[in-house]
Amino acid sequence: MKISRFFWVKLVVLASAQALSISVCSAQSATTERVRVVASFSILADMVREVGGEAVEVTALVGPGADAHVFEPSPADARRVASAQLLIVNGLGFEGWLNRLVTASGYRGAVVVATIGVPLRKIGRGVDPHAWQSLNNALIYVENIHSALAKTLPSQAANFRKNAEQYSAKIRALDASVRERIATVPAAERRVITSHDAFGYFGDAYKVEFIAAQGWSTDSEASAADVARIIRQLKAKQVRAVFVENVSDPRLAQRIGKEGGGVMGGTLYSDALSPPGTSGDTYLNLFEHNAGALVRALGAR
Amino acid sequence: MELYDWFIAPFAEFSFMRRALVACLALGLSSAPVGVLLVLRRMSLVGDAMAHALLPGAALGFIAAGFSLYAMGLGGFIAAMLVATLAGWVTRKTGQREDASFAAFYLIALAGGVMLISLRGNSVDLMRVLFGTILAVDDDALILMTTVSSVTLVALALMYRPLIVECFDPGFLRSVGGRGGWVYLLFQTLVVLNLVSGFQALGTLMAVGLMMLPAASARFWAVRVSSLFVVAALIAVASGIAGLLISYHAHLPSGPAIVLVAGAAYIASLFLGRRDSALQFLLRKQSHRVG
Repeated sequence: MKISRFFWVKLVVLASAQALSISVCSAQSATTERVRVVASFSILADMVREVGGEAVEVTALVGPGADAHVFEPSPADARRVASAQLLIVNGLGFEGWLNRLVTASGYRGAVVVATIGVPLRKIGRGVDPHAWQSLNNALIYVENIHSALAKTLPSQAANFRKNAEQYSAKIRALDASVRERIATVPAAERRVITSHDAFGYFGDAYKVEFIAAQGWSTDSEASAADVARIIRQLKAKQVRAVFVENVSDPRLAQRIGKEGGGVMGGTLYSDALSPPGTSGDTYLNLFEHNAGALVRALGAR
Repeated sequence: MELYDWFIAPFAEFSFMRRALVACLALGLSSAPVGVLLVLRRMSLVGDAMAHALLPGAALGFIAAGFSLYAMGLGGFIAAMLVATLAGWVTRKTGQREDASFAAFYLIALAGGVMLISLRGNSVDLMRVLFGTILAVDDDALILMTTVSSVTLVALALMYRPLIVECFDPGFLRSVGGRGGWVYLLFQTLVVLNLVSGFQALGTLMAVGLMMLPAASARFWAVRVSSLFVVAALIAVASGIAGLLISYHAHLPSGPAIVLVAGAAYIASLFLGRRDSALQFLLRKQSHRVG
C-alpha cells in the first residue's frame, strides 16, 4: 500500500518532467520573480528555505508541531497547492493524504519526492518514512531539493548550488559533532524509549536502540498490554531514558518512565519543527536538540 | 495459580494498572448512580450532550494555562454548566422542549470547541491533551476523580429524597414548598462534575459510557431507586475491572474495551434481566399459554 503510493508519486515526477521544461521557459522571463514552493511538512519546508534562499517562497502544508500522519487538508491547502509552481514531498507513504489533495487541487506541476536515493529502512511490510532522522539522508534531501529548484528556475541555479553546498557543509559538521558526542556513551547503554517509533533512521545511523512505547503510527491507542510490555522491557533491559515527542500524549510516557525507573529525557522532535523561537525551530536546531537531549539523558547517572 | 495470573498479577505487578483500577472504582461508584437519575428523568442523551459541551471550555483552559488539569477541568465545568443553564432557561422562557434547546446549545459549543482546537493549528497535541487515557492517570487526576466521587456520593445521600421527588414529579415538590430549582441545579452540577472527572482522565467515550450503560442496564434488574443505584454502580465497577483485564490480556485499547464490556452487560441485561427483559417476556407468555 505504502510502496505502491510511492511508485505512483515517482511516476508523477517522471511524467511531469515534460511539463516542467515548459513552465521553466515562462519563469525565466521574470528573474526577480520568486518560485512558489509548497513543501508537505515543516522540516522539509525548512530545508527548501535553506537551499532556495531569497529566490523561493516556501509554505508548509503541515506546520510546526502538527502531525503529518493524521493531517486533514483544508480547501485553503488545496488552493495553496494549486497556485504552487513546485510541490516537494517526503514520500515513502508519509503523506497518506497527498494523492487526494493533488487531485482535488488540480495541481499540474511537478511533485518532487525528496527521499529518492535514500537507503530505505524496512519496517514490517512497509518502509519507514522518517528518513530525515539521519543527517546523511538529509544530504540526499538537499541534493534532490537543489536539482528540483535548479530545474524550475535555471537562472538562479548557481545560487541554489552555493546555498546547497553551504547547507550540506553545516549538516556534515553537525553529523560529526553528533557522532563524537554519542560516542561518549558506551554502546550497550544507548537504549531509549520513545512514545512514537520515528527514530529508526537515527538509531541505525548513530547506533542507538529506540524502543517504541506505542505502535507504529501515532493514531493507535495503546493497550494495557503494550504499556505493561514496555515497563517490563524498561526494567529488564535497564533502559536509561524515556522521551516524549512533540506530537504524542506526554502523560503516558511520564507514567511509563516513573514506573520503570528511567530518566525522563524531555522532548525529542520527530515529525515536525517546534514553533519559531523554540529549540527545534529549524531542521539543524531540531537535530542538535535531539542529539543533545539524548546524550544528556543517557549520560545521566 | 491460574486465577492469580489472570486476575491479580496484572495489578500486583504494575502500578499503572492499580491506578486505572482506582480510577474505574471512583468513576463507576459515583457516575453510575448519576446516570440512573438521568435515565429516570428521561434525560439519557443529555449526558452525551454535556460531555461534548465540555470541549470548548477545556480547550480554552488549555490555551490559557497550558497543560493544567485544574484549568482545563474548570474550563470544561464552566462551559458545560453554561450550556445546561442556557438550555434550561430557553426551555422555561420559550416553551421549547428541553431536548431541542440542549441539542442546539451543545452543537454550538461543540463547533466552537472544534474551531478553537483548529485555530491552535496543532490539532493532535490538543486532542491528546483533552482526551486522557486511563493507562496514564496521574496523581492529580486520581485526586480529582476520588474527590468528585466522594462529593457526589455524599450529595446523593444528603439530597436523596428531594432528588428523587424532583425526578418523578417536579410539580409536586414545588407545591409542597420544596425548592425544585435548587435541587435541579445541584443535580446538574453533579452530572457535570462526574463528566469532567471522567473526561479528563479517560476521555468522553468512557465518561459517558460508564455513566449511561450501567444505568440503562440496571432497570432490567431492580425497581427501587436505591437498588438501581447499587446495581448500576456494581455493573460499572465490574465493567471497568473486566475491561482493564481484557485490555491487558488481549492487547486491546483499554477505553473502548471497558465501554464494550459495559455494553455487553447491557445486552445481557436486556435479554436475561429479572424485569421486563426478553426472557421474562417469553416466560410470561409461556405461563399464560399454560394457564
